[in-house]
Amino acid sequence: MTEVKAAMAGTVFTVNVSVGDEVEAGQVIVVLESMKMEIPVETESAGKVTSINVNVGDFVNEEDVLATVEA
Amino acid sequence: MIKSLDGGMTMDKILIANRGEIALRIVETCKKLGISTVAVYSEADKEALFVKEADEAFPIGPPPVQQSYLKADEIIGVAKTSGAQAIHPGYGFLSENADFARKVREAGLVFIGPDEETIERMGDKIESRKTMQAAGVPVVPGTDDGVATLDEAKQEAGKIGYPVMLKASSGGGGIGMVLCQNEQALSQQFQTVKNRAKAYFGDDVVFLEKYIENARHIEVQIFGDHQGNIVHLYERNCSVQRRNQKVIEESPSPSLSEDVRERLLASAVEAAKAVHYKNAGTVEFIVGEDNSFYFLEMNTRLQVEHPITEEVTGLDLVEWQLEVAKGNPLPITEQHDIETTGHAMEFRLYAEDPHTFMPSPGSLQKLDWGNADGVRIDAGYQEGDQVTPFYDPMIAKVIIQAENREEAIERSKTFFAQVGIEGLKTNLPLFKEFIESEEFKQGDYHTKVLADWLKTHKGELAK
Repeated sequence: MTEVKAAMAGTVFTVNVSVGDEVEAGQVIVVLESMKMEIPVETESAGKVTSINVNVGDFVNEEDVLATVEA
Repeated sequence: MIKSLDGGMTMDKILIANRGEIALRIVETCKKLGISTVAVYSEADKEALFVKEADEAFPIGPPPVQQSYLKADEIIGVAKTSGAQAIHPGYGFLSENADFARKVREAGLVFIGPDEETIERMGDKIESRKTMQAAGVPVVPGTDDGVATLDEAKQEAGKIGYPVMLKASSGGGGIGMVLCQNEQALSQQFQTVKNRAKAYFGDDVVFLEKYIENARHIEVQIFGDHQGNIVHLYERNCSVQRRNQKVIEESPSPSLSEDVRERLLASAVEAAKAVHYKNAGTVEFIVGEDNSFYFLEMNTRLQVEHPITEEVTGLDLVEWQLEVAKGNPLPITEQHDIETTGHAMEFRLYAEDPHTFMPSPGSLQKLDWGNADGVRIDAGYQEGDQVTPFYDPMIAKVIIQAENREEAIERSKTFFAQVGIEGLKTNLPLFKEFIESEEFKQGDYHTKVLADWLKTHKGELAK
Protein backbone atom coordinates (compact mmCIF):
# COMPACT_ATOMS: atom_id res chain seq x y z
CA MET A 1 0.00 0.00 0.00
CA THR A 2 1.25 3.45 -0.90
CA GLU A 3 0.45 6.39 1.33
CA VAL A 4 0.08 9.69 -0.49
CA LYS A 5 1.39 12.27 1.97
CA ALA A 6 1.35 16.08 2.11
CA ALA A 7 4.82 17.49 1.46
CA MET A 8 3.94 20.63 3.40
CA ALA A 9 1.16 22.20 5.43
CA GLY A 10 -1.65 23.69 3.38
CA THR A 11 -5.31 23.67 2.43
CA VAL A 12 -6.81 21.06 0.09
CA PHE A 13 -7.53 22.90 -3.16
CA THR A 14 -8.81 20.00 -5.30
CA VAL A 15 -9.20 16.22 -4.93
CA ASN A 16 -8.56 14.83 -8.40
CA VAL A 17 -9.50 11.15 -7.97
CA SER A 18 -12.21 8.99 -6.36
CA VAL A 19 -12.00 5.80 -4.33
CA GLY A 20 -11.82 2.88 -6.75
CA ASP A 21 -10.05 4.81 -9.52
CA GLU A 22 -7.08 3.15 -11.20
CA VAL A 23 -4.14 5.56 -11.08
CA GLU A 24 -0.69 5.62 -12.64
CA ALA A 25 2.58 6.37 -10.87
CA GLY A 26 3.13 10.12 -10.92
CA GLN A 27 -0.55 10.94 -11.27
CA VAL A 28 -1.76 13.96 -9.29
CA ILE A 29 -4.08 12.80 -6.50
CA VAL A 30 -4.66 16.02 -4.58
CA VAL A 31 -3.70 19.65 -5.14
CA LEU A 32 -2.83 21.60 -2.01
CA GLU A 33 -2.74 25.35 -1.69
CA SER A 34 0.08 26.71 0.44
CA MET A 35 1.32 30.29 0.57
CA LYS A 36 -0.77 31.27 -2.44
CA MET A 37 0.72 28.48 -4.57
CA GLU A 38 -0.78 25.28 -5.90
CA ILE A 39 1.17 22.20 -4.86
CA PRO A 40 0.29 19.01 -6.76
CA VAL A 41 0.64 15.82 -4.67
CA GLU A 42 1.36 12.74 -6.77
CA THR A 43 1.23 9.02 -6.04
CA GLU A 44 4.59 7.27 -6.19
CA SER A 45 3.11 4.00 -7.41
CA ALA A 46 0.30 2.81 -9.66
CA GLY A 47 -2.78 0.99 -8.39
CA LYS A 48 -6.31 1.42 -7.14
CA VAL A 49 -7.28 4.30 -4.85
CA THR A 50 -8.45 2.62 -1.61
CA SER A 51 -9.07 5.69 0.53
CA ILE A 52 -9.26 9.47 0.36
CA ASN A 53 -8.88 11.06 3.76
CA VAL A 54 -9.44 14.73 2.98
CA ASN A 55 -12.07 17.06 1.53
CA VAL A 56 -11.66 20.31 -0.40
CA GLY A 57 -10.99 23.12 2.08
CA ASP A 58 -9.46 20.89 4.78
CA PHE A 59 -6.26 22.08 6.40
CA VAL A 60 -3.52 19.44 6.43
CA ASN A 61 -0.12 19.27 8.09
CA GLU A 62 3.17 18.08 6.60
CA GLU A 63 3.28 14.24 6.42
CA ASP A 64 -0.51 13.83 6.79
CA VAL A 65 -1.78 10.89 4.73
CA LEU A 66 -4.12 12.32 2.10
CA ALA A 67 -4.99 9.09 0.29
CA THR A 68 -3.90 5.47 -0.07
CA VAL A 69 -3.22 3.50 -3.24
CA GLU A 70 -3.14 -0.32 -3.34
CA ALA A 71 -1.04 -1.97 -6.06
CA MET B 1 -18.10 65.28 5.35
CA ILE B 2 -16.14 67.52 7.71
CA LYS B 3 -13.81 69.90 5.88
CA SER B 4 -10.62 71.05 7.50
CA LEU B 5 -9.19 74.53 7.00
CA ASP B 6 -6.78 73.42 4.28
CA GLY B 7 -9.68 72.28 2.13
CA GLY B 8 -9.41 68.53 2.66
CA MET B 9 -11.52 66.37 4.95
CA THR B 10 -10.50 65.48 8.47
CA MET B 11 -8.84 62.09 8.65
CA ASP B 12 -7.64 61.22 12.12
CA LYS B 13 -8.31 57.47 12.14
CA ILE B 14 -7.98 54.89 9.39
CA LEU B 15 -8.55 51.15 9.17
CA ILE B 16 -5.91 49.00 7.49
CA ALA B 17 -7.49 46.09 5.58
CA ASN B 18 -4.27 44.09 5.28
CA ARG B 19 -1.60 42.26 7.26
CA GLY B 20 2.14 41.77 7.60
CA GLU B 21 4.76 44.23 6.44
CA ILE B 22 2.44 46.48 4.44
CA ALA B 23 0.08 46.92 7.40
CA LEU B 24 3.10 47.91 9.52
CA ARG B 25 4.36 50.22 6.79
CA ILE B 26 1.03 52.09 6.77
CA VAL B 27 0.97 52.27 10.60
CA GLU B 28 4.42 53.86 10.50
CA THR B 29 3.36 56.78 8.29
CA CYS B 30 0.13 57.25 10.26
CA LYS B 31 2.15 57.53 13.49
CA LYS B 32 4.33 60.18 11.87
CA LEU B 33 1.24 62.13 10.81
CA GLY B 34 -0.67 61.70 14.09
CA ILE B 35 -3.39 59.52 12.52
CA SER B 36 -4.60 56.61 14.66
CA THR B 37 -4.82 53.16 13.12
CA VAL B 38 -7.23 50.25 13.34
CA ALA B 39 -5.95 46.79 12.40
CA VAL B 40 -8.06 43.77 11.53
CA TYR B 41 -6.51 40.32 11.86
CA SER B 42 -7.16 36.62 11.41
CA GLU B 43 -6.63 34.06 14.17
CA ALA B 44 -3.28 33.15 12.60
CA ASP B 45 -2.04 36.74 13.04
CA LYS B 46 -3.13 37.49 16.60
CA GLU B 47 0.49 37.72 17.80
CA ALA B 48 1.69 39.59 14.68
CA LEU B 49 3.71 42.79 14.86
CA PHE B 50 1.17 44.89 12.94
CA VAL B 51 -1.55 43.96 15.44
CA LYS B 52 0.62 45.15 18.33
CA GLU B 53 1.70 48.36 16.59
CA ALA B 54 -1.77 49.53 15.53
CA ASP B 55 -3.69 51.66 18.04
CA GLU B 56 -6.67 49.30 17.93
CA ALA B 57 -7.04 45.78 16.57
CA PHE B 58 -10.08 43.61 15.90
CA PRO B 59 -10.24 39.88 15.08
CA ILE B 60 -12.19 39.15 11.88
CA GLY B 61 -12.10 35.38 11.52
CA PRO B 62 -10.17 32.16 11.00
CA PRO B 63 -6.85 32.02 9.09
CA PRO B 64 -8.04 31.31 5.50
CA VAL B 65 -8.29 34.61 3.60
CA GLN B 66 -11.84 33.93 2.40
CA GLN B 67 -12.90 33.85 6.05
CA SER B 68 -10.88 36.86 7.20
CA TYR B 69 -8.98 39.36 5.03
CA LEU B 70 -11.44 39.08 2.12
CA LYS B 71 -14.58 39.62 4.23
CA ALA B 72 -15.47 43.03 2.85
CA ASP B 73 -18.66 43.64 4.82
CA GLU B 74 -17.14 42.67 8.18
CA ILE B 75 -14.12 44.89 7.58
CA ILE B 76 -16.32 47.85 6.65
CA GLY B 77 -18.39 47.11 9.78
CA VAL B 78 -15.29 47.31 11.97
CA ALA B 79 -14.32 50.59 10.30
CA LYS B 80 -17.74 52.07 11.07
CA THR B 81 -17.91 50.93 14.70
CA SER B 82 -14.33 51.98 15.43
CA GLY B 83 -14.95 55.45 14.04
CA ALA B 84 -12.38 55.29 11.23
CA GLN B 85 -13.02 57.70 8.34
CA ALA B 86 -11.09 55.78 5.69
CA ILE B 87 -9.80 52.32 4.72
CA HIS B 88 -6.32 51.64 3.34
CA PRO B 89 -6.39 48.33 1.43
CA GLY B 90 -2.59 47.87 1.08
CA TYR B 91 -1.77 45.52 -1.83
CA GLY B 92 -3.33 42.16 -2.68
CA PHE B 93 -6.50 41.09 -0.83
CA LEU B 94 -9.25 43.70 -1.48
CA SER B 95 -6.98 46.40 -2.91
CA GLU B 96 -8.06 45.97 -6.54
CA ASN B 97 -11.62 44.91 -5.83
CA ALA B 98 -13.96 47.52 -7.34
CA ASP B 99 -16.98 46.17 -5.41
CA PHE B 100 -15.12 46.68 -2.15
CA ALA B 101 -14.15 50.24 -3.09
CA ARG B 102 -17.80 50.94 -3.98
CA LYS B 103 -19.08 49.47 -0.70
CA VAL B 104 -16.56 51.53 1.27
CA ARG B 105 -17.77 54.70 -0.42
CA GLU B 106 -21.44 53.79 0.02
CA ALA B 107 -20.77 53.23 3.73
CA GLY B 108 -19.72 56.88 3.91
CA LEU B 109 -16.01 56.06 4.19
CA VAL B 110 -13.06 56.98 2.01
CA PHE B 111 -11.29 54.23 0.04
CA ILE B 112 -7.59 55.13 -0.04
CA GLY B 113 -7.02 54.44 -3.72
CA PRO B 114 -8.50 55.34 -7.09
CA ASP B 115 -12.26 55.40 -7.75
CA GLU B 116 -14.08 52.12 -8.41
CA GLU B 117 -14.61 52.82 -12.12
CA THR B 118 -10.85 53.05 -12.65
CA ILE B 119 -10.20 49.87 -10.66
CA GLU B 120 -12.82 48.04 -12.71
CA ARG B 121 -11.60 49.31 -16.06
CA MET B 122 -7.92 48.62 -15.39
CA GLY B 123 -8.67 45.23 -13.78
CA ASP B 124 -10.06 44.01 -17.09
CA LYS B 125 -7.04 43.47 -19.33
CA ILE B 126 -8.97 43.70 -22.59
CA GLU B 127 -10.69 46.90 -21.46
CA SER B 128 -7.42 48.46 -20.26
CA ARG B 129 -5.71 47.63 -23.59
CA LYS B 130 -8.51 49.40 -25.45
CA THR B 131 -8.35 52.43 -23.16
CA MET B 132 -4.60 52.76 -23.65
CA GLN B 133 -4.78 52.25 -27.40
CA ALA B 134 -7.34 55.03 -27.62
CA ALA B 135 -5.03 57.29 -25.59
CA GLY B 136 -2.12 56.64 -27.96
CA VAL B 137 -0.14 54.50 -25.50
CA PRO B 138 1.51 51.56 -27.31
CA VAL B 139 0.10 48.12 -26.40
CA VAL B 140 1.47 44.66 -27.19
CA PRO B 141 0.15 43.48 -30.58
CA GLY B 142 -2.76 41.13 -29.89
CA THR B 143 -6.49 40.53 -30.16
CA ASP B 144 -8.77 43.52 -29.55
CA ASP B 145 -11.38 41.35 -27.89
CA GLY B 146 -11.59 37.96 -26.20
CA VAL B 147 -11.21 34.80 -28.27
CA ALA B 148 -14.20 32.52 -27.68
CA THR B 149 -13.16 29.28 -29.38
CA LEU B 150 -9.98 27.38 -30.08
CA ASP B 151 -10.51 27.81 -33.83
CA GLU B 152 -10.72 31.56 -33.43
CA ALA B 153 -7.62 31.51 -31.19
CA LYS B 154 -5.65 29.55 -33.81
CA GLN B 155 -6.69 31.95 -36.54
CA GLU B 156 -5.76 35.03 -34.50
CA ALA B 157 -2.46 33.50 -33.32
CA GLY B 158 -1.59 32.85 -36.95
CA LYS B 159 -2.08 36.54 -37.72
CA ILE B 160 -0.10 37.73 -34.66
CA GLY B 161 2.70 35.18 -35.18
CA TYR B 162 4.05 32.67 -32.65
CA PRO B 163 5.11 32.61 -29.88
CA VAL B 164 2.00 34.08 -28.26
CA MET B 165 0.82 34.63 -24.71
CA LEU B 166 -2.61 33.27 -23.88
CA LYS B 167 -4.02 35.40 -21.07
CA ALA B 168 -7.09 35.59 -18.87
CA SER B 169 -8.67 39.03 -19.16
CA SER B 170 -9.28 39.11 -15.39
CA GLY B 171 -5.92 37.53 -14.53
CA GLY B 172 -3.08 38.93 -12.50
CA GLY B 173 -0.11 38.09 -10.32
CA GLY B 174 1.22 35.67 -12.90
CA ILE B 175 -1.88 33.46 -12.65
CA GLY B 176 -3.89 32.75 -15.79
CA MET B 177 -1.24 33.26 -18.46
CA VAL B 178 0.60 30.74 -20.56
CA LEU B 179 3.28 31.04 -23.23
CA CYS B 180 2.42 29.08 -26.39
CA GLN B 181 5.34 28.42 -28.75
CA ASN B 182 3.19 26.96 -31.52
CA GLU B 183 -0.30 25.94 -32.55
CA GLN B 184 0.00 22.56 -30.82
CA ALA B 185 0.77 24.25 -27.47
CA LEU B 186 -2.11 26.67 -27.97
CA SER B 187 -4.49 23.74 -28.63
CA GLN B 188 -3.31 22.00 -25.46
CA GLN B 189 -3.52 25.08 -23.24
CA PHE B 190 -6.64 26.84 -24.48
CA GLN B 191 -9.26 25.07 -22.38
CA THR B 192 -6.98 24.79 -19.32
CA VAL B 193 -6.39 28.55 -19.20
CA LYS B 194 -10.11 29.20 -19.66
CA ASN B 195 -10.94 26.77 -16.82
CA ARG B 196 -8.35 28.24 -14.49
CA ALA B 197 -9.54 31.77 -15.27
CA LYS B 198 -13.07 30.71 -14.41
CA ALA B 199 -11.96 29.03 -11.18
CA TYR B 200 -9.71 31.86 -10.00
CA PHE B 201 -11.36 34.98 -11.28
CA GLY B 202 -14.95 33.88 -12.02
CA ASP B 203 -14.54 34.95 -15.65
CA ASP B 204 -13.27 32.74 -18.49
CA VAL B 205 -12.60 35.44 -21.10
CA VAL B 206 -9.13 34.92 -22.63
CA PHE B 207 -7.18 36.85 -25.26
CA LEU B 208 -3.89 36.62 -27.13
CA GLU B 209 -0.81 38.83 -27.16
CA LYS B 210 2.42 38.58 -29.08
CA TYR B 211 5.18 37.23 -26.84
CA ILE B 212 7.99 39.76 -26.70
CA GLU B 213 11.20 37.76 -26.37
CA ASN B 214 14.08 38.79 -24.12
CA ALA B 215 11.91 41.56 -22.71
CA ARG B 216 12.44 43.66 -19.65
CA HIS B 217 9.66 44.49 -17.24
CA ILE B 218 9.85 48.18 -16.40
CA GLU B 219 7.11 50.01 -14.55
CA VAL B 220 6.43 53.64 -13.75
CA GLN B 221 5.05 54.97 -10.47
CA ILE B 222 2.38 57.56 -11.09
CA PHE B 223 0.28 59.70 -8.78
CA GLY B 224 -2.86 61.73 -9.40
CA ASP B 225 -5.14 63.91 -7.27
CA HIS B 226 -8.73 65.14 -7.32
CA GLN B 227 -7.56 68.51 -8.69
CA GLY B 228 -6.42 66.82 -11.92
CA ASN B 229 -2.67 66.90 -11.28
CA ILE B 230 -0.77 63.86 -12.51
CA VAL B 231 2.96 63.24 -12.01
CA HIS B 232 5.31 60.28 -12.31
CA LEU B 233 7.82 59.22 -9.66
CA TYR B 234 10.17 57.55 -12.14
CA GLU B 235 10.62 53.91 -13.07
CA ARG B 236 11.43 50.57 -11.47
CA ASN B 237 13.01 47.63 -13.29
CA CYS B 238 11.32 44.42 -12.09
CA SER B 239 12.81 41.90 -14.52
CA VAL B 240 14.32 39.50 -12.00
CA GLN B 241 11.38 37.14 -11.57
CA ARG B 242 10.48 33.59 -10.70
CA ARG B 243 7.11 32.00 -11.54
CA ASN B 244 6.18 35.32 -13.23
CA GLN B 245 6.56 37.06 -9.88
CA LYS B 246 9.08 39.72 -8.97
CA VAL B 247 12.09 38.86 -6.80
CA ILE B 248 14.47 41.84 -7.20
CA GLU B 249 13.50 45.36 -8.27
CA GLU B 250 15.69 48.40 -8.82
CA SER B 251 15.37 52.09 -9.50
CA PRO B 252 16.51 53.71 -11.67
CA SER B 253 16.46 50.95 -14.27
CA PRO B 254 19.96 49.97 -15.41
CA SER B 255 20.67 49.83 -19.16
CA LEU B 256 17.93 52.22 -20.19
CA SER B 257 18.93 55.12 -22.42
CA GLU B 258 17.84 58.60 -21.36
CA ASP B 259 15.78 58.95 -24.53
CA VAL B 260 13.82 55.72 -23.96
CA ARG B 261 13.37 56.55 -20.27
CA GLU B 262 11.87 59.95 -21.13
CA ARG B 263 9.41 58.42 -23.61
CA LEU B 264 8.45 55.65 -21.18
CA LEU B 265 7.75 58.14 -18.37
CA ALA B 266 5.74 60.36 -20.73
CA SER B 267 3.66 57.35 -21.87
CA ALA B 268 2.92 56.42 -18.26
CA VAL B 269 1.64 59.93 -17.57
CA GLU B 270 -0.51 59.72 -20.71
CA ALA B 271 -1.90 56.38 -19.50
CA ALA B 272 -2.78 57.90 -16.12
CA LYS B 273 -4.39 60.93 -17.76
CA ALA B 274 -6.52 58.66 -19.95
CA VAL B 275 -8.37 57.41 -16.86
CA HIS B 276 -8.12 60.66 -14.82
CA TYR B 277 -6.13 58.67 -12.32
CA LYS B 278 -6.33 59.53 -8.63
CA ASN B 279 -3.97 58.30 -5.89
CA ALA B 280 -1.03 55.87 -6.33
CA GLY B 281 -0.83 53.70 -9.42
CA THR B 282 1.72 51.81 -11.44
CA VAL B 283 1.90 51.51 -15.21
CA GLU B 284 3.70 48.33 -16.24
CA PHE B 285 5.53 48.12 -19.56
CA ILE B 286 7.29 45.40 -21.48
CA VAL B 287 10.46 46.71 -23.10
CA GLY B 288 11.81 44.73 -26.05
CA GLU B 289 15.44 44.17 -27.05
CA ASP B 290 15.13 46.96 -29.61
CA ASN B 291 13.86 49.31 -26.85
CA SER B 292 10.33 49.33 -28.24
CA PHE B 293 7.95 49.36 -25.28
CA TYR B 294 4.35 48.36 -24.76
CA PHE B 295 1.73 48.91 -22.05
CA LEU B 296 1.17 45.70 -20.12
CA GLU B 297 -1.21 46.61 -17.31
CA MET B 298 -1.97 49.19 -14.70
CA ASN B 299 -1.92 48.33 -11.02
CA THR B 300 -4.40 50.49 -9.17
CA ARG B 301 -2.80 50.37 -5.74
CA LEU B 302 0.44 50.79 -3.82
CA GLN B 303 3.01 48.29 -5.14
CA VAL B 304 5.00 45.88 -3.01
CA GLU B 305 8.18 47.48 -4.40
CA HIS B 306 7.21 51.11 -3.66
CA PRO B 307 10.09 51.52 -1.12
CA ILE B 308 12.77 51.74 -3.84
CA THR B 309 10.91 54.73 -5.29
CA GLU B 310 10.78 56.24 -1.80
CA GLU B 311 14.52 55.75 -1.40
CA VAL B 312 15.49 57.47 -4.65
CA THR B 313 12.91 60.29 -4.47
CA GLY B 314 13.01 60.84 -0.70
CA LEU B 315 9.19 60.89 -0.66
CA ASP B 316 6.75 58.96 1.56
CA LEU B 317 4.26 57.35 -0.82
CA VAL B 318 1.80 56.36 1.90
CA GLU B 319 1.74 60.01 3.05
CA TRP B 320 0.97 61.05 -0.53
CA GLN B 321 -1.85 58.50 -0.66
CA LEU B 322 -3.37 59.90 2.53
CA GLU B 323 -3.13 63.49 1.26
CA VAL B 324 -4.92 62.60 -1.98
CA ALA B 325 -7.56 60.58 -0.10
CA LYS B 326 -8.25 63.63 2.08
CA GLY B 327 -8.94 65.62 -1.07
CA ASN B 328 -5.75 67.64 -0.91
CA PRO B 329 -3.56 68.26 -3.96
CA LEU B 330 -0.38 66.19 -4.45
CA PRO B 331 2.39 67.41 -2.11
CA ILE B 332 4.41 68.22 -5.26
CA THR B 333 2.45 69.08 -8.41
CA GLU B 334 5.28 70.22 -10.68
CA GLN B 335 7.05 67.35 -12.38
CA HIS B 336 10.40 69.14 -12.52
CA ASP B 337 10.37 69.48 -8.71
CA ILE B 338 10.51 65.69 -8.33
CA GLU B 339 14.06 64.39 -8.61
CA THR B 340 15.90 61.18 -7.89
CA THR B 341 19.29 60.65 -6.34
CA GLY B 342 21.34 57.48 -6.06
CA HIS B 343 20.19 53.93 -6.64
CA ALA B 344 17.94 51.55 -4.70
CA MET B 345 17.32 47.80 -4.91
CA GLU B 346 14.73 45.63 -3.25
CA PHE B 347 15.15 41.93 -2.54
CA ARG B 348 12.01 40.00 -1.67
CA LEU B 349 12.95 37.50 0.97
CA TYR B 350 10.65 34.51 0.65
CA ALA B 351 10.13 31.45 2.84
CA GLU B 352 10.76 29.01 0.01
CA ASP B 353 13.19 26.44 -1.29
CA PRO B 354 15.78 28.38 -3.35
CA HIS B 355 16.02 25.54 -5.92
CA THR B 356 12.41 24.59 -6.52
CA PHE B 357 10.73 27.84 -5.32
CA MET B 358 8.36 25.62 -3.32
CA PRO B 359 6.93 27.31 -0.20
CA SER B 360 8.56 26.55 3.14
CA PRO B 361 6.33 27.61 6.02
CA GLY B 362 7.78 27.28 9.51
CA SER B 363 9.18 29.04 12.52
CA LEU B 364 11.68 31.92 12.36
CA GLN B 365 13.93 30.53 15.08
CA LYS B 366 16.62 33.05 14.24
CA LEU B 367 16.24 36.36 12.42
CA ASP B 368 19.36 38.51 12.52
CA TRP B 369 19.54 41.36 9.99
CA GLY B 370 23.14 42.33 10.75
CA ASN B 371 24.26 45.98 10.59
CA ALA B 372 25.24 46.76 6.99
CA ASP B 373 24.99 50.39 5.78
CA GLY B 374 22.18 51.74 3.64
CA VAL B 375 19.73 48.97 4.50
CA ARG B 376 16.01 49.36 5.14
CA ILE B 377 14.05 46.30 6.20
CA ASP B 378 10.27 46.24 5.74
CA ALA B 379 9.37 43.05 7.61
CA GLY B 380 6.10 41.76 8.94
CA TYR B 381 7.79 39.19 11.15
CA GLN B 382 10.28 39.10 13.99
CA GLU B 383 12.40 36.36 15.50
CA GLY B 384 10.25 33.60 17.00
CA ASP B 385 7.27 34.23 14.68
CA GLN B 386 5.58 31.53 12.62
CA VAL B 387 5.39 31.96 8.84
CA THR B 388 2.09 30.18 8.20
CA PRO B 389 0.90 28.44 5.01
CA PHE B 390 -2.16 30.70 4.81
CA TYR B 391 -0.57 33.79 3.28
CA ASP B 392 2.08 34.60 0.72
CA PRO B 393 5.63 33.49 1.56
CA MET B 394 7.27 36.92 1.79
CA ILE B 395 9.15 37.31 5.09
CA ALA B 396 10.58 40.75 4.40
CA LYS B 397 11.63 43.27 1.80
CA VAL B 398 15.29 44.19 1.99
CA ILE B 399 15.83 47.64 0.48
CA ILE B 400 19.40 48.71 -0.20
CA GLN B 401 20.22 52.29 -1.09
CA ALA B 402 23.52 53.81 -2.26
CA GLU B 403 24.98 56.60 -4.37
CA ASN B 404 25.14 54.41 -7.47
CA ARG B 405 24.36 50.89 -8.67
CA GLU B 406 27.86 49.48 -8.14
CA GLU B 407 27.87 50.66 -4.55
CA ALA B 408 24.35 49.29 -4.01
CA ILE B 409 25.58 45.86 -5.16
CA GLU B 410 28.57 46.12 -2.80
CA ARG B 411 26.28 47.03 0.09
CA SER B 412 24.00 44.13 -0.82
CA LYS B 413 26.96 41.73 -0.65
CA THR B 414 27.85 43.05 2.81
CA PHE B 415 24.23 42.67 3.93
CA PHE B 416 23.82 39.13 2.63
CA ALA B 417 27.10 38.08 4.23
CA GLN B 418 25.80 39.19 7.64
CA VAL B 419 22.14 38.20 7.65
CA GLY B 420 21.23 35.01 9.50
CA ILE B 421 17.89 33.22 9.27
CA GLU B 422 17.17 29.80 10.76
CA GLY B 423 14.11 27.60 11.13
CA LEU B 424 12.86 27.55 7.55
CA LYS B 425 14.17 27.58 4.00
CA THR B 426 14.57 30.96 2.32
CA ASN B 427 15.84 32.32 -0.98
CA LEU B 428 18.83 33.96 0.77
CA PRO B 429 21.38 31.54 -0.79
CA LEU B 430 20.02 32.46 -4.21
CA PHE B 431 20.50 36.20 -3.63
CA LYS B 432 24.03 35.68 -2.31
CA GLU B 433 25.09 33.94 -5.50
CA PHE B 434 22.98 35.80 -8.01
CA ILE B 435 24.19 39.31 -7.08
CA GLU B 436 27.72 38.11 -7.89
CA SER B 437 26.69 37.00 -11.38
CA GLU B 438 27.81 38.80 -14.54
CA GLU B 439 24.20 38.79 -15.75
CA PHE B 440 23.05 40.86 -12.78
CA LYS B 441 26.13 43.10 -12.64
CA GLN B 442 25.80 44.05 -16.30
CA GLY B 443 22.24 45.16 -15.66
CA ASP B 444 20.83 44.53 -19.15
CA TYR B 445 18.99 41.40 -17.95
CA HIS B 446 15.51 40.34 -19.11
CA THR B 447 12.65 38.52 -17.36
CA LYS B 448 14.07 35.03 -17.89
CA VAL B 449 17.44 35.92 -16.34
CA LEU B 450 16.89 34.12 -13.05
CA ALA B 451 15.49 30.94 -14.62
CA ASP B 452 18.35 30.85 -17.16
CA TRP B 453 20.99 31.55 -14.53
CA LEU B 454 19.62 28.81 -12.26
CA LYS B 455 19.92 26.21 -15.03
CA THR B 456 23.69 26.62 -15.07
CA HIS B 457 24.34 27.54 -11.43
CA LYS B 458 22.21 25.11 -9.43
CA GLY B 459 25.35 23.51 -8.02
CA GLU B 460 26.53 26.76 -6.43
CA LEU B 461 23.38 26.91 -4.32
CA ALA B 462 23.76 23.38 -3.00
CA LYS B 463 24.84 23.25 0.61
